[in-house]
Amino acid sequence: MNHLLRHLAPISDSGWELLDDEARERLGPSLAARRLVDFDGPRGWRHSATNLGRSGEVEPPADGVSAAQRRVLPLVELRAEFTVSRAELADNDRGAVDADLESLDDAAQRIAIAENVAVFHGWAKAGIIGIAEASPVKARPLGDGAEGYPRSVANAVEALREVGVEGPYGLALGPDEYTRVIETAEHGGYPLFDHLAKILEGPIVWAPGVKGAVVLSLRGGDFLYESGQDLAIGYSHHDAETVHLYLEESFSFVVATPEAAAPLGS
Amino acid sequence: MGFDQYHEPPEELSPETRTFARMCASLTEEAEAIGWYEQRLAIEQDADAKAIMSDAQGEEFKHFAMDLEFLLRRTPRWKQICEGVLFQDGDIVEHGEAAEAASEDGDSDDESTGAADGSLGIGSLRGEER
Repeated sequence: MNHLLRHLAPISDSGWELLDDEARERLGPSLAARRLVDFDGPRGWRHSATNLGRSGEVEPPADGVSAAQRRVLPLVELRAEFTVSRAELADNDRGAVDADLESLDDAAQRIAIAENVAVFHGWAKAGIIGIAEASPVKARPLGDGAEGYPRSVANAVEALREVGVEGPYGLALGPDEYTRVIETAEHGGYPLFDHLAKILEGPIVWAPGVKGAVVLSLRGGDFLYESGQDLAIGYSHHDAETVHLYLEESFSFVVATPEAAAPLGS
Repeated sequence: MGFDQYHEPPEELSPETRTFARMCASLTEEAEAIGWYEQRLAIEQDADAKAIMSDAQGEEFKHFAMDLEFLLRRTPRWKQICEGVLFQDGDIVEHGEAAEAASEDGDSDDESTGAADGSLGIGSLRGEER
């Protein structure tokens, strides 16, 4: 038993298997940040803060001493609530293979987007600075037409190399930009996707929540995602017809090397 | 020493179980070595010899920790119980009993999630294709 209170839900073992499998299947493709940044943890639900290794001045409690206070980054909690019909769960127990889990699918998309936005664009009220906003690298805008993408991405890679940031490099693309890339073939029929992958020497990632694109180094040590509770399904309450559940996680994110990424605006 | 880390006929054991047994044997050996160095250090009078033995015991601490971490990563319930006991203030026996009970309560959850903490076990996705 833990804080997720799953044992209190009126859900059978096969029902939990159905929900967990569906959540994993839906979350996997959308969790773009986890494909590109360093992941540390999970350190558990009780883990509350990331050590920043810094301190700030604080007025001492008495004369004759100096004082400092450690600075930490508190972990944030994200929760996306959803419901499941008890009738659907009962049908699953009977062997049905087409359970309606739309509410879970929506929740998975919401929490994945929130995680991506926090990592790539920041979350000021939670003290998280995103990769794109932290970067001092001035790169060429991505532009509206996919034909200009190779030049923009190559320009971004070059900008990173110029400041001493080695590859391989990854590319996080917003959904519209990603669609343009996979739809486009260059002169001679060469797929744009393959051309970009060759420039980057690394992955191109579909990143819902990302505006435009971000090129970043994958050498490690630059972008640090710290997981407390990794994504999990917990139980809230139920009535005769519906079970109320949620997807939840806790994490922090720190940009250690701002110049290791180059944002590309739309 | 032969193959006496196996309690059952090795040919009947899976490769994973044989590896698990080897690592358990290794863990035991590291713990024994830590105990031996502790005794030697208690009676050694030569400061240089003592410093070397202390350094060697530090190596055994490291080996023990690595062996244990390997085994815990492959044994969710063992890991769960250890999480309830290790690095906690307070009564060790109470923590142990509570951790064991909690692991029994959580058995049905663990079967469906595959993660000791009840999570989906997604973690890092580096290196996975979209």
